[in-house]
Amino acid sequence: MSESAVKVGADAAAASAVDAKGGAAVKGGAVPLIELVNLKKYFVIKGAKQGSRHVHAVDDVSLSIRQGETLGLVGESGCGKTTLGRTALRLYEPTAGRILYRGEDITDAKMLPYRRKMQIIFQDPSASLDPRMTVGEIVGEAIDIHGLAESKAARRERISALLDRVGLNSEQANRYPHEFSGGQQQRIGIARALAVEPEFIVCDEPISALDVSIQSQIVNMLDDMQDQLGLTYLFIAHDISVVRYISDRIGVMYLGKLVELAESGEIHKNPLHPYTRTLFAAAPVPDPEKNRGRTRAVLEGDIPSPINPPPGCRFHTRCPNAEPRCSAAEPEFREYSPGHYAACHLL
Amino acid sequence: MITDYNGAGGGGDVLLSVRDLKVSFFTPAGEVKAVGGISYELRRGEVIGIVGESGSGKSVEAYSIMGLLQSPGRVVGGSIWLDGENVLEYDKRQMQTLRGGKVSMIFQNPMTSLNPVFTVGNQIREALLAHRAAGRAEADARAVEMLDLAGINNPEKRMRQYPHELSGGMRQRVMIALALICEPDLLIADEPTTALDVTIQAQILSLMERIQKKTKMAIIFITHNLGVVADICSRVAVMYAGYIVETGPVDEIFYRPRHPYTIGLLRSMPRVDADEFERLIPIDGTPVDMLNPPSGCPFAPRCRSCMKICLRLYPPSADFGGGHIASCWLSERGKSVSAAAAAVAAAHAPAAAKGEGGDAYE
Repeated sequence: MSESAVKVGADAAAASAVDAKGGAAVKGGAVPLIELVNLKKYFVIKGAKQGSRHVHAVDDVSLSIRQGETLGLVGESGCGKTTLGRTALRLYEPTAGRILYRGEDITDAKMLPYRRKMQIIFQDPSASLDPRMTVGEIVGEAIDIHGLAESKAARRERISALLDRVGLNSEQANRYPHEFSGGQQQRIGIARALAVEPEFIVCDEPISALDVSIQSQIVNMLDDMQDQLGLTYLFIAHDISVVRYISDRIGVMYLGKLVELAESGEIHKNPLHPYTRTLFAAAPVPDPEKNRGRTRAVLEGDIPSPINPPPGCRFHTRCPNAEPRCSAAEPEFREYSPGHYAACHLL
Repeated sequence: MITDYNGAGGGGDVLLSVRDLKVSFFTPAGEVKAVGGISYELRRGEVIGIVGESGSGKSVEAYSIMGLLQSPGRVVGGSIWLDGENVLEYDKRQMQTLRGGKVSMIFQNPMTSLNPVFTVGNQIREALLAHRAAGRAEADARAVEMLDLAGINNPEKRMRQYPHELSGGMRQRVMIALALICEPDLLIADEPTTALDVTIQAQILSLMERIQKKTKMAIIFITHNLGVVADICSRVAVMYAGYIVETGPVDEIFYRPRHPYTIGLLRSMPRVDADEFERLIPIDGTPVDMLNPPSGCPFAPRCRSCMKICLRLYPPSADFGGGHIASCWLSERGKSVSAAAAAVAAAHAPAAAKGEGGDAYE
């Protein structure tokens, strides 16, 4: 993968231009495609007194995604990775913070023109495709909304080209989602996202609902599409091996916070945050010999509730190295080597 | 068609022997042969992993051991021998003694398999009173002890709580405590960690390993995750479309896979510990439509080495020694699946270090 090596090198250079606060300011004129600045998303708990209880799903996260790169986001359920992806597209309105697209602030903008640029692929294809619409209608809807086809023939042409691109054939445009297998449904979901020729796609657990033998087909397809169309991905998944495979950089989230961010190879070889270390070590490896040699990394306890996140460093309740200061003050998200950020008092 | 390679009857330490088991579902659209005829044996204290995709029949097979198949599913052939008795001939009462007593099961989703209207203590106590006829006080003491062993802190308090008050990992621990309270000889674990996060998965796997070492029970571990299998199983059976297509010791399957499906699975997933990545080689096509399965080898339509005979006849089993069996015409005809197998072997340095060609690995 020589191209990706080149890309990674360029990334590392660009990453060093990102400031220590976690990626808002960029020097040298290279404007990132997407920037999230101190983004927060709290959900009000229904039934609780007004304003008294919130789920702190995303709590003060800043990061930037460069054009053409894949930023992987990993973390366990409830860490806020999906919320972050949806808030970046303003499918959820942020509680606080800014979202910038090519340097333009879109936090309060009318989204219709930006919807052409930013799309999403959902986890469960059977739940995200309207069962009463044919595949052609699903893919064609976005074309109509944005007026991307001048005639019926052009529209038809476009739909069949899209289906062709994702490995389906144009006759299948008249069928309904339930007539397809899970992997094919996900292909429809991808065609739908591609219909508006976006620049940026949030892939929210795009393969975790699929059979093992189908997952690699979809991963390869996403990879090829990126090469051919110059797409930028925010790739959200809990499966660290897939995220490592597809991502240029990886961000690790824990309880609404970004705890570490680095280039994919670097974070694997040199994880800084204790949570990142356990997360990588806990992923089972299909290699019996290797498993015999290692002691399984086991974190004690459960993930605390995001309603009342622990004070200080949110990981201190499970951290094997926690010290008194960890529960007292929140660690700063700092750059430890070029492009490698982490938030931990003990580094 | 499937040769009985296990030697019927087996040695004295054979706990479970499944012979040519066939299970079908009689749906309005036709008969679905969920399990097409599988045979395997499990010794006492052995941990076997059953790997396969959804629809491969791996859960259905396990459910039939427990007599938990639901209509329209039915065992249509074969036998299941547990300690020398055919459980398929058990009546309802014998089956009830078996379930939870001699054989226990843990399920993928603890929320739907624990009873939401009873406390944790109530449910564990019930199992003990049903099978071991202990008094209530004694049962409670045992339950607390078991919860403690399952790594649940403050077990006395948890006894009085309802399942919804616990976290996902905690619920799975309760399920494990519940399954093991009567010290079964065999535990069937159906995707026990699939619904859990990786750090919680690591906790549960450690727990199961610890308890298994202590109680020496046998485990059938059903999963689609090859990493988990490599981690805790000593033997593996790979299922595809209702058949065991390959089985053998865990090292054989991971370092010297013979069946194109096994090879495909191993090549198609990225490894978290890789230093750099090659492009993934996916398995082509889509999973089998079990209503209209292909004739011949069920994997043939997706197989890159498919021959004419594969489309006509189900392949016989080829024995590679040491209990390593694969059902594939390529193996039968002595042709190697070498290009593919070598690629996998190369990716696994330890296999190369151990030397090629040695079928007896350990």
